[in-house]
Amino acid sequence: METLELTQEEQFQARIDEDIRIEPKDWMPEAYRKTLIRQISQHAHSELVGMLPEGNWITRAPSLKRKSILLAKVQDEAGHGLYLYSAAETLGASRDQMLADLHSGKAKYSSIFNYPTLSWADMGTIGWLVDGAAILNQVPLCRTSYGPYARAMVRVCKEESFHQRQGFEIMQTLCEGATEQKAMAQEALNRWWWPTLMMFGPADADSPNTEQSMKWRIKRFTNDELRQKFVDMMVPQAEFLGLTVPDDKLQWNEAKQGYDFGDVDWAEFWDVVKGNGPCSRERLQARVDAWDQGAWVREAALAHAEKRKQRAA
Amino acid sequence: MQDSHTIVVPDVTPELRQQLFEYVLQLADTSLILAHRLSEWCGHGPILEQDLAMANISLDLLGEARSYYQYAAELEGRGRTEDDLAYLRNAVEYRNVLLAEQPNGDFAHTIVRQFIYDAFHYHLLLHLQTGPDKQLAAIAEKSVKEAAYHVKWSAEWIIRLGDGTEESRHRVEAAINALWRYSGELTTPSATEQVLQAAGFLPDYAAIQQQIDQHVERVFVEATLPVPQGVFMQKGGKIGRHSEHLGYLLAELQYLQRTYPGLQW
Repeated sequence: METLELTQEEQFQARIDEDIRIEPKDWMPEAYRKTLIRQISQHAHSELVGMLPEGNWITRAPSLKRKSILLAKVQDEAGHGLYLYSAAETLGASRDQMLADLHSGKAKYSSIFNYPTLSWADMGTIGWLVDGAAILNQVPLCRTSYGPYARAMVRVCKEESFHQRQGFEIMQTLCEGATEQKAMAQEALNRWWWPTLMMFGPADADSPNTEQSMKWRIKRFTNDELRQKFVDMMVPQAEFLGLTVPDDKLQWNEAKQGYDFGDVDWAEFWDVVKGNGPCSRERLQARVDAWDQGAWVREAALAHAEKRKQRAA
Repeated sequence: MQDSHTIVVPDVTPELRQQLFEYVLQLADTSLILAHRLSEWCGHGPILEQDLAMANISLDLLGEARSYYQYAAELEGRGRTEDDLAYLRNAVEYRNVLLAEQPNGDFAHTIVRQFIYDAFHYHLLLHLQTGPDKQLAAIAEKSVKEAAYHVKWSAEWIIRLGDGTEESRHRVEAAINALWRYSGELTTPSATEQVLQAAGFLPDYAAIQQQIDQHVERVFVEATLPVPQGVFMQKGGKIGRHSEHLGYLLAELQYLQRTYPGLQW
């Protein structure tokens, strides 16, 4: 029998190639496990840190309805963080360790959240563009090879599409509103457009992990493929809103049936990745403060649970 | 959310209707201000699960506030909307109780503020849902289910913090010491509430007070905390005499509506 001669690793790859999901108790190469823990925990951290830029406007939302929707959206992000930490835990990572890695700066999160939210239009732009980019990144993950991650992503994606709609609706309201509101929308687009393009990660040539992740079907499209899709999807939406995408080189290319667009400022991208984004320190500090200031609460909860257990015994 | 055309306004004298408007505004303002305070925690909670819980409670209170504002707007009958009422009144026109506007402080302060309010809120809603005002009864019937969860959540935390570690006990005692003085206002009827009580629209607060006391006693015993006695009670929120905190809260809450008057968002 030929299959008996396959190594564990070959059998594993054969399952991947047949699109059979890998489950927590299945054998997996250590590198696959590590890659997944890194990716899922980064994703969870992004949800957690991602609460901050939008959280910055909950208390200033311009109507009760907007306040309610924004709060519900940020709350969803906390929920996504929970599903994702749970998915990573199935690989043997502990939430406390993952958080410690976030707090020490060892673990990364999406660079986009290191930019400040300066006007109400940023709430529209984040929903429309940033969540739009996140959806493109995440929809393929609903078919990713690791079962718990794929299932968590199905739930996440359902909620993300609601987030994107509410973002677009904020933009639409602004663009149909007064001159100051439309200017607010354009100004926000100017600030967020390029950082959003960076969300797909470095150019394929500079993305060392892509090839292996594609082979393991953790990833299903390259960074550049997704970036192109995003531009092709968003440019018509910006036109519909009456907004101008801040890129002189943006042009429809009939031959490739897609847009040509200008170069992302990769120096800025790497600066932000290295922790030098405009709000990098503040975001991380906010998370560290929340954790440190919550230590006595977590200790009290544990101590009380322990007392209960002893009384019951 | 209730559409304005489904709102039932009771057939009463204009004077009583005005009092009812004032009272519903008091409920609306209290729910909104407390929701706002809780929403300040979003992204900064001590545990992710509790971040979610506080956002949840905030959302419930916000939804309840909106129902009250919509009803208040209908009672007033001058074409103001829920947002006009929330975003275009000054601190002295706000009717929320003082407790709601107190700053979050540490988690213990937030929990104590929440528990004091939840115990009152839950028992009030139990009465309002069977009251003669159909609209208030409908809002209360929906909200009481949420309030039952809120008071369960905050009571559990009072117990954990009181009977947790030495530090948590110190902190929860400090919070009780700081905030208990705002509990009396909840069940001290204002002139408006007295009129509505006399007209049979509101229950006797002595009965509610008794239910609250029993509830608090039960929770504090389990938390091994003494119930404060003989505390001087502050009041004034219901007639617009607020603490200095409210002005800053409203400056933030109302910023966009005040900066760009009359726009749609």
